[in-house]
Amino acid sequence: MRSPRPVLLFGAILLLSACGNIQPWVKPYERDRLADPIMAWDRDAISSAYLDHVRETREGSRGATGSAGGGCGCN
Amino acid sequence: MQHSKVKSVKRWAAAAVLIASTAFAAGGDTGGSAPSFELTTLEGQPGALSQYKGQVVMVNFWATWCGPCQQEMPLLDQMYKKYKPAGFTLIGVNVDKDSPPVKELLARKPVSFPVLLDPANQVSKAYHVDEMPSSVIIDRKGQIRYVHRGYKPGDENEYQDRIRRLIRE
Amino acid sequence: MTHALLNRRRLAALAGVAALLLIRPGSADVLPDDRADIFYSKYSGGGMDITGESVLVRKKFTENFAVEANYFVDKVSGASVDVLSQASVIKDERKQKSGTVEYLHDKTTYSLSFINSVERDYISNTTHFSLSQDMFGDLTTLTLGWSHTGDSVGENNGTASKPVIDWLGHAESRSYSGGLSQILSRNLIAGVNLEVITDNGYLANPYRSIRYYSTNTLGYSLASQIYPDTRTSTAVQTQAKYYLPYRAAVTGSYRYFRDTWGVIGNTYEIDYTHPIRNIWTLEGRVRYYKQGAATFYGDIFPYAGYQNFMARDQDLAASENITVGAKATYAFLPDGWKIFKRGTVTLDISRIRFHYLDFRDIRDYNDTPAGGNYAAGTEPLYQFNATVFQLYMSMFF
Repeated sequence: MRSPRPVLLFGAILLLSACGNIQPWVKPYERDRLADPIMAWDRDAISSAYLDHVRETREGSRGATGSAGGGCGCN
Repeated sequence: MQHSKVKSVKRWAAAAVLIASTAFAAGGDTGGSAPSFELTTLEGQPGALSQYKGQVVMVNFWATWCGPCQQEMPLLDQMYKKYKPAGFTLIGVNVDKDSPPVKELLARKPVSFPVLLDPANQVSKAYHVDEMPSSVIIDRKGQIRYVHRGYKPGDENEYQDRIRRLIRE
Repeated sequence: MTHALLNRRRLAALAGVAALLLIRPGSADVLPDDRADIFYSKYSGGGMDITGESVLVRKKFTENFAVEANYFVDKVSGASVDVLSQASVIKDERKQKSGTVEYLHDKTTYSLSFINSVERDYISNTTHFSLSQDMFGDLTTLTLGWSHTGDSVGENNGTASKPVIDWLGHAESRSYSGGLSQILSRNLIAGVNLEVITDNGYLANPYRSIRYYSTNTLGYSLASQIYPDTRTSTAVQTQAKYYLPYRAAVTGSYRYFRDTWGVIGNTYEIDYTHPIRNIWTLEGRVRYYKQGAATFYGDIFPYAGYQNFMARDQDLAASENITVGAKATYAFLPDGWKIFKRGTVTLDISRIRFHYLDFRDIRDYNDTPAGGNYAAGTEPLYQFNATVFQLYMSMFF
């Protein structure tokens, strides 16, 4: 009896290859604006951390206050 | 039979790897002939790849806003000065959309190798640049022999190795 | 009896963790630059004055490995509104130390942090781990995080100068977070973050009390709060940053929060950043927050033992606040000097207006022109303004 596993693996690779056909639409040499420090999610972490601290101690909400990513994409 | 089962799994795996490799293949036209280009320098003088036919050429794609690009510039300059007499040229293709920051940066940190401007990014597209910085090493016959993506300290040793080998050809 | 300040307890440690999530690197392509920051802050409002001082140092040891250390001291003087009504001025100090190690391999950054926060009557220790992965031509960044916090909660039954700490219990908290950041165009980046936090143990503030109607002269009597011993919360935030045609950036964000205590919070914020050449960066922000009360919160309960869980902590009341802030950064070393790549100094001032919808100001109003006290349960709703002032210097090398 043939094992279904190789077929599943093959199917998964096919699906992944479909994703591979969508090319990144912002090329690395078009990242000039995104690399500008004003486009960083957080330029001054120590200050944002402090303001978050001020809020969390007076509000009932907590969590989900930051993001990573963006930038020059170099390397 | 155990043996035929293993063989069939191997075949599927090989097919999967083949398809996966085509899916994730991006840029890197190693083995193809280097697309020709004609750009201008900061001073407005024309500069073309064809000028350096017969030499080993490294085309380095860089930008003023790219940190690792700045890091490798002085090392590229040293490499250029060292291997130029042996028939090597380094062309810095700048991809900034505007030239004032390029002028300002090169005034502060000048380099001796030719810098050409590609603000419309036509050359970057032709070379399938998919990482900043990118260095493409072209042999004396105009074939792309090596594409290096990104820069981390120590990469300059690899550049030199490849350049030396191509110079000896 | 000395009362502590606001409910800065475990939330301080959790906020510390949130901070680390912010300090984590952007795209996992290079580790951020080495830097050293000296920070001073002052919060004045609602009868409280809190100063904060902090030092942060970050250094790479190889291209792939960096260490960051931070020391933060908070000093409080004053008393919050519900303790204003019951007791005297308090002074307290909180010291927080944290250390982080980061490792970059290919397109993945791994980060591990430890935070230790100590006050006379509250000790908190947190471990945080996160990883950040760049994918799809570096257009997408996926981040996953996990933290664990263990706290010891106490009550000072002595005075500020002669404390007598009664350790009441422990609390434990776990946080699971995930985020996705996506570059949408040359000018636009967007992100989504999700964080689930679950707590168990001693979760109340020992210095707050509930009140219920009674026939004494005040019209109400006090009793201890009774909190559930578990809490699970979920927060989802989305944000987007857009590069305007002239050089400036505008950011919009929205966060939705809900938990098993019935609190629902909505946060809306908009920021505008405007640089002037390489030297000045100006920023303005407006933030609006609105929350609904916890199910077991009440400003005044009909009688003692009215329900199983009862709280009168203003953090759990229905409230709203609006912040208007401005920040100016001056680069005194725009292009570096010797080992420094850049040096900046920043002044940031925020003005916050807090307004409570079901928490009343129960201070004594005998000396007001209108005269007389208010009947229990008809006191004016509490509101106050606070100013947050920050001054810091950052050196990049």
